[in-house]
Amino acid sequence: MKIAVCVKHVPEGHARIDPGSKRLDRSGEGALNHFDANAVEEALRLKGDGEGEVVVLSMGPEKAADSLRKALAMGADRAVLVSDEAAAGADLLATSRVLAAALEREGADLVLFGQQAEDADGAVLWAAVAERLRRPVVSQAAEVTLADGSVRVKRQTEYGYDVIEASLPAVLAVSDAINEPRYPSLKGIMGAKKKPFETLSLADLGVDAGAAGEAGSKTEVLGLGDPPARADARKIEGDANAAQAIVDFLAEKRLV
Amino acid sequence: MSILVFLEHHGDELQKGSLGVLAKAASLGDADAVLVGGGVTALAAEAGTYGAKKVHVADDASLDPPLPQPRVDVIAKVVADGGYDAVLFANSVLAADVAAGVAARLDAGLNWDLVDLTSDFVGKRPALQDSVLVDVGWKSSPRVGLFRAGSFDAVPTGGGAPQVENVAFELEEHSRAAKIVDQQLEESSGPSIEDAEIVVGGGRGLGAPENFSLAEELARVLGGAVGATRAVVDAGWYPYSAQIGQTGKTVSPKLYVALGISGAIQHKVGMQSSNVIVAINKDPNAPIFEFSDLGVVGDVHEIVPKLTELLQQRRDA
Amino acid sequence: MTVRASEFPPPFAAGDYVSEPTDPADERIEVGVLIVGAGPAGLACAIRLGQLLEEHPEVAERLGDVPVALVEKGKQPGSHLLSGACVNPRSLRRLFKDRYRIEDMGSYGRVDGESVYALTRRNAVRIPPPPTMRNHGNYVFSLSRLGRWLAERAEEGGTTILPETTAEKLLVAHGRTVGIRTGDKGRGREGEQLANYEPGSDIVAKVTVLAEGTQGHLTGVALDRFGLRGDEPQVWELGVKEVWKVPKPLDRVIHTMGWPLRTAAKYREFGGSFVYPMGDDMLTIGMVVGLDYRDVELSVHDILQELKTHPKIRTLLAGGERVAWGAKTIPSGGFHSLPARLHAPGLLMCGDGVGFVNIPTLKGVHYAIESGRLAAESAFASLQRGATPTTSLGSYDEAIRDSFIWQDLYEVRDMRQVFGRGFFVGGALASAMTASKGRMAPGKMRAEPDADQPLLRSDRSKSYPAPDGTLTFDKLSSVFLSGNKTRDDQPNHIRIEQRVPREVADLWVNMCPAQVYELGTEGGDGTVTVQLAPSNCVQCGAITAKGGRLTPPEGGSGPEYTVT
Repeated sequence: MKIAVCVKHVPEGHARIDPGSKRLDRSGEGALNHFDANAVEEALRLKGDGEGEVVVLSMGPEKAADSLRKALAMGADRAVLVSDEAAAGADLLATSRVLAAALEREGADLVLFGQQAEDADGAVLWAAVAERLRRPVVSQAAEVTLADGSVRVKRQTEYGYDVIEASLPAVLAVSDAINEPRYPSLKGIMGAKKKPFETLSLADLGVDAGAAGEAGSKTEVLGLGDPPARADARKIEGDANAAQAIVDFLAEKRLV
Repeated sequence: MSILVFLEHHGDELQKGSLGVLAKAASLGDADAVLVGGGVTALAAEAGTYGAKKVHVADDASLDPPLPQPRVDVIAKVVADGGYDAVLFANSVLAADVAAGVAARLDAGLNWDLVDLTSDFVGKRPALQDSVLVDVGWKSSPRVGLFRAGSFDAVPTGGGAPQVENVAFELEEHSRAAKIVDQQLEESSGPSIEDAEIVVGGGRGLGAPENFSLAEELARVLGGAVGATRAVVDAGWYPYSAQIGQTGKTVSPKLYVALGISGAIQHKVGMQSSNVIVAINKDPNAPIFEFSDLGVVGDVHEIVPKLTELLQQRRDA
Repeated sequence: MTVRASEFPPPFAAGDYVSEPTDPADERIEVGVLIVGAGPAGLACAIRLGQLLEEHPEVAERLGDVPVALVEKGKQPGSHLLSGACVNPRSLRRLFKDRYRIEDMGSYGRVDGESVYALTRRNAVRIPPPPTMRNHGNYVFSLSRLGRWLAERAEEGGTTILPETTAEKLLVAHGRTVGIRTGDKGRGREGEQLANYEPGSDIVAKVTVLAEGTQGHLTGVALDRFGLRGDEPQVWELGVKEVWKVPKPLDRVIHTMGWPLRTAAKYREFGGSFVYPMGDDMLTIGMVVGLDYRDVELSVHDILQELKTHPKIRTLLAGGERVAWGAKTIPSGGFHSLPARLHAPGLLMCGDGVGFVNIPTLKGVHYAIESGRLAAESAFASLQRGATPTTSLGSYDEAIRDSFIWQDLYEVRDMRQVFGRGFFVGGALASAMTASKGRMAPGKMRAEPDADQPLLRSDRSKSYPAPDGTLTFDKLSSVFLSGNKTRDDQPNHIRIEQRVPREVADLWVNMCPAQVYELGTEGGDGTVTVQLAPSNCVQCGAITAKGGRLTPPEGGSGPEYTVT
């Protein structure tokens, strides 16, 4: 049983947009996206003490190795970093191409994603990747159980939950309600260094530079617009009519 | 611009969010809709009211379960056959997966978390916890866009009955590899904080732990969830599971009512992307008034019971 | 009747933090040399050990799989590092010899010029820099950034760095330090085990080096346990600083004295401010105040905000944006407050933790680095075949005594204490002492513990500016900017006597730059219960100086400094 987990190294601390590139300034320190930590944790639980393998993958700059090592410290068995200058500035489409290529190479039975990225750059990636891999996808997984040749997922929706059975190989996105990620133990942190760590370029994956990164992106950032103003912000005194004024305001906004 | 809008339904109702996107699309160009499900043909007519000229319908029992991938198959075919310039979605658990799948299938660019779209197809997208708006574009056609829930009101455009066309579709093998084996619709014991459309937050200005009942009553009559600031959770007035903020939960409901909350940045980053923020606080200089839509300088103990009563009367009427 | 904070000691016993190893032998983590703290001292020690072990592989072999391990309580090296800093490069040069130049280490450039001003509320009078304040030849660094750079060098040299790991207990067996026990993770507010509870581990080592920085937890524990304290207590300053992005670059280093601090002796407000350029588009501005102040309304955080409203300072920041904030204490007792001994069996101590800071020059980083380097040499000597560990570790004390650390601190040994007599008298005395290279000293003056100062109340808080969100800010915004995202649902790590007279409560409320303390219910007898928001804590250490005790929270908690 091989489980692959896609993780992202996200900027930490005071996030800023770089006025030059108009993209998130990733030059500072970063950390493992905490939603991906849930995915790593779930993979480790599904593997349990069994014979399987948990491999963590990331597409990013060299620093992304830190997040992969954190996942190794948690207990993942192997890490793969796709790091290539041509892969920088990738949008969802270009990222999904590269990740799909890396995942094809792995041939995992189950691919896990975290439900969201803290920097809101990687959301919905799993469905695009699943489409390229031509595998069933289930998101918002709040509970996952493996059966023979299939996976059973409790998916949280706006209306309640669905229980979905998908045949393996499959792609899942886990919600952060699914588990509490473990702290890496000291032995885990120290052992992480000895675990296999591969760094691949786009060429290693057989992905053309034009299909990745900014070149392969079909969307672009045009600029920073004005901050979303709260138009018509009002402030009133809390006199005897205040409660009615609030009700009127809510009605006007069609909230009641 | 020819635009195709994915209309989502639940039971016998078309989702308001997707109708809002449809109305917006109709204002930008020629808008058609696509409807996928089991026994949904009857819903197609309503789409005309919101501006759809044509509705592509894929109506089949096999499409009844709300799974994303069969919808990708249908929509991809409709887009290819119809040569649409853009495909737009209103965010939902289902729609998000469909939008991304469609983008990958058509090798098209996807911009998501959009809150607006201009007539020259520049998307507006909040970033950095909603503190800035970024302009985003597409480099090629078709353009796939996923809008934040509630971005547009579903306002009827007064259009007539749309042309209804059945879609001859074929499901891919991987689209048939997932099955819904059980469904549980949750009766509201109150929504969870993250999913709630309305959240009432209580802060230190409530004065004492007992006064959280003010927040609870207001939330009940609004059909919302109750949240709390870190200060009151630290003081033991309310459980940690209700904490909203930098080290608690992040919420972006349609309405956030802040009771006795000062608006320190640690709390702000957990709720600032709420659509509408109403704040009641005794202190006229409380930072929360800098980012609320309606600020009321007053005593929560006097205002909230009255507010709850008025809302209850409205509901009963 | 005057009240002193020291009359209400915290519920803390050093003995609770000393134990024998408790993990089964095969579960203990064995390392060669264990260093606690990824600050300049600890990293210098690690780097020097790496150099020595590379030259002597036969020693490295005997140290097992992990010859050098370094535990750091912050999220990563640099997360808890904060200083000015104008660094004297001599220690970095000595550590790296020709391998790296200062220019490669991420500094913001050499100090080109400097000005010292005596401020009043509206004016700034330029005064010649006292000899102690000449920074010519020094380099401006962000200590946090330098820490990250040094950590990379340490890892390259073979050190295993374990971040997000606290050193909670000192492991002592038969009177000898054998390592540390790391802190637990995943405990709830009441100490209960949460779903992802992970107990701490025993890390055993042949030599343990404590480089924990100011108010080092185990350093304090060790000084008590092994009776290593000197005659004089340690005293501290509190430094609060900000980093700003500015349109107009600053062309020199600035120090100020006087306003907003009050000069009258009864207030005992010793300190000043610094403004250092950080490249073309940033600068750092900070306020340093001795914690022997007496006014319960004094808030260093807010005095810094006040300082920024001075016309001379305001122009430096015009059009700029605050991008970082932080706070940390600095040991200021100097020579007289050093421990009687810096080593014990199996144990060495270096850096700010033992007080190697020259307050008149505001320098400590280069002493930390040199002391770390010397600790490495002694530790290494003790690991050689045929070495007697006791003698070898004792050689550390000798090496320190022969070093420029000792020389420099001796020269300025009474300077801090004289400022207790007020700014003007103190200034004259200090100049005399410097000019005479320490020979003309007013005689040894006893340092009193900061918490022993009798408290008084003025109306100082009236002058603190209301936060405008552009130039001046409130404490919670500052805490946010420190990158602090500490998990709330964990046990309280701050030890204080919670029911205290109003003056003591106000003292703590105003003292803390992170708004950890708040006034709770009144006791009706002039006492008040102090409430805490421990997750705000940036671990500056001020509380330990002023009557409480800071212990380390869960590893990874606290600020995430990057450019401080």
